Amino acid sequence: MMHHIRPAIVMIIVMTVITGVAYPLAMTAVAELVFPYQANGSLIRVKGKVIGSALIGQEFTSPRYFHPRPSATTEPDPKDPTKTIGVPYAADNSSGSNLGPTSKALVSFVQAEAAKLARENPATAIPVDLVTNSGSGLDPDITPAGALFQVPRIAKARGLPDGTVRRLVLAHIDPRFLGILGEPHVNVLDLNLALDALNR
Amino acid sequence: MNHTTINGWVQIALFGAVLILLTRPLGGYMASVFAGERTFLSPLLRPLERGIYRICGVDETDDQHWLTYAASMLIFSFAGFVILYGIQRLQGMLPFNPAGMTAVSPDLSFNTSVSFLTNTNWQSYVPEQTMSYLTEMAGLTVHNFVSAASGIALALGLIRGFARRSAAGIGNFWVDLTRSVLYILLPIAIVFALIFVWQGCPQNLAAYTHVTTLQGGSQVVAQGPVASQEAIKILGTNGGGFFNANSAHPFENPTALTNFLQELLMLAIGAALTNVFGRMVGSERQGWAIFAVMFVLFLGGVIPEYAIESQGNPALAAFHVDQAPSAMQPGGNMEGKEVRFGIADSALFTTTTTDASCGAVNNMHDSLLPLAGAVPMVNIMLGEIIFGGVGSGLYGMLLFVIVAMFVAGLMVGRTPEYLGKKLEAKEVKMAMLAILILPLSILGFTAIAAVLPAGLAGIANNGPHGFSEILYAFTSVTGNNGSAFAGLSANTPFYNTTLGLGMFIGRFLMIVPMLAAAGSLARKKIVPASLGTFPTTSPLFVGLVVGVIIITGGLIYFPAVSLGPIVEHTAMLHHTLY
Repeated sequence: MMHHIRPAIVMIIVMTVITGVAYPLAMTAVAELVFPYQANGSLIRVKGKVIGSALIGQEFTSPRYFHPRPSATTEPDPKDPTKTIGVPYAADNSSGSNLGPTSKALVSFVQAEAAKLARENPATAIPVDLVTNSGSGLDPDITPAGALFQVPRIAKARGLPDGTVRRLVLAHIDPRFLGILGEPHVNVLDLNLALDALNR
Repeated sequence: MNHTTINGWVQIALFGAVLILLTRPLGGYMASVFAGERTFLSPLLRPLERGIYRICGVDETDDQHWLTYAASMLIFSFAGFVILYGIQRLQGMLPFNPAGMTAVSPDLSFNTSVSFLTNTNWQSYVPEQTMSYLTEMAGLTVHNFVSAASGIALALGLIRGFARRSAAGIGNFWVDLTRSVLYILLPIAIVFALIFVWQGCPQNLAAYTHVTTLQGGSQVVAQGPVASQEAIKILGTNGGGFFNANSAHPFENPTALTNFLQELLMLAIGAALTNVFGRMVGSERQGWAIFAVMFVLFLGGVIPEYAIESQGNPALAAFHVDQAPSAMQPGGNMEGKEVRFGIADSALFTTTTTDASCGAVNNMHDSLLPLAGAVPMVNIMLGEIIFGGVGSGLYGMLLFVIVAMFVAGLMVGRTPEYLGKKLEAKEVKMAMLAILILPLSILGFTAIAAVLPAGLAGIANNGPHGFSEILYAFTSVTGNNGSAFAGLSANTPFYNTTLGLGMFIGRFLMIVPMLAAAGSLARKKIVPASLGTFPTTSPLFVGLVVGVIIITGGLIYFPAVSLGPIVEHTAMLHHTLY
């Protein structure tokens, strides 16, 4: 029996050293050296202060900014830590809504979101990404359709011509990788930073 | 109404083409490694390999009987279990813990330890709120490597059963394990970890970043050594995310390129093993026949998955919501999906992650349309043999081949044989036992959870979808997949315990009869092929095996699937909400 136990114990220790210590630490060292920006979370600084990550969506509610998709992330309720409350874009607690397609909660949520959006742009059908929760709750992107839908509201709030805001959106569409992979998308934080630069 | 796009089909076709092209070169390399031949990495790795054997006290020329091979694997798994359990319980006192995570509860530590050592990577917890960096690296990442390597080793054991003649042993577990890690998993993981960092996956040991957002809100951005775990999570078909949202999280899967590479890595080793199999039994065509069975079943999953999801949810149509694809949006069922992936990439990921025993998700399966949710469920129920988990996919498939050849033998009244080995009562019984263990756990536990208050308490969605959540959970753990209809609140003593048992049964109670069949096959002589031998590289063979798999799966699981996704689908068509 000892004949089998010794290799088992030594092997798991050896593998822990190689794959659990040497490998991740070596990758960290190389990553910090070669890709320091990405390795540290693609953080964006404005005037020296970190305002977020280029890859992580953040909440925008002001009419002057493009809004991200709905987010189903939660945080513990400060009044009662055994319960949770909805806190959109909580980037330390990623989560989707996990609502199924025949869920009343899902359908009434979409109905409410759609009603809000219809008030700001009644002429256009509402792009589905603007009324549905992303898988991570941290989606940094909206579809080009979702950005264009919000143009009239932002133009009005900032006193800009529709055409200027629309051109800004079109200039910020990230195309498919090599024209094939993924879907065209617009990074909301990126677009909002460009908006602020435009309006200064 | 067809809402799929040409681009969507092109992406899926491109994926299939690259997978086919990868199979032979990677299979050739792997076959050389396992034969102990020199490869381009040998000058670097051979001394390390020898050193490992020396300190472990392993004689690499020792050929193990199947019982010894199985015992080595089981004892190794148990040693890993004890260490992983200990790290979680003690993580509060250990280093690399900038977020100050405290000890993981006993039932959750049990569940997580079984989960990672069985290559399931079911996660009852929110990683970024629960696990320290040390637990992620020295605990979970290690098992991502060794559980995958164990799977490959076990597949090699069964292949040798077919390839050898009148042999007492089926190889050496320690050698197969060590070579899998050193020559295959580690080099590929290193390359892809760096590609993932380049694309945006973090790789640091710093504390979470507190930021003041552009609008003036506050946000805590969780980070960590993500890329190194991401690479092996996918490559080893493990699937346990660094973050709760798994590969939907922009830090785990930042771009369409990382997404494509992840889909590919999930199936690459499983596909290459068909070629390794072919080479080891002396005919690559035998490997391609198995590949063909898998590829047909892959297409049978991904095509409906994409077609269904692109339709969108009919319940939303009333609110002036646009779900049709255009140049400006992918449309479709976007609940639980990420914009950068859209529908086609999400459908492909959902299919590959459940064809394999991976269980990573880039979209939330709980929010899939009913029949689109049935596709991943059925993929797992069939045994994850569609390329499958690394190693486990191939040995699962070979068990079905044994049954298929038995059925063919019955039809013509001849003793069935495969690759010159007579399949007799013992092998067929062992194959059936290994196959039938899975539904016993899936359907048995689902039935229990669906009537006990402790089981029903976990449901997040009402109506048939709630039943689907339970069924999916026990299907996922027994199949060692790890994906979830994640609304289910599974971090309770009831679910942590029953799901942990399901994982254990699905892995080990399947492996033992499988190895018994391998041992018995290895001892047999090779019968020369004659006119009466069933040609096992023909389309007829591929069709027969596909048929046996579908009929077996259909007979066992159809009633359960009809109570969940099928009832929900008809409810959706009648605008019934729950």
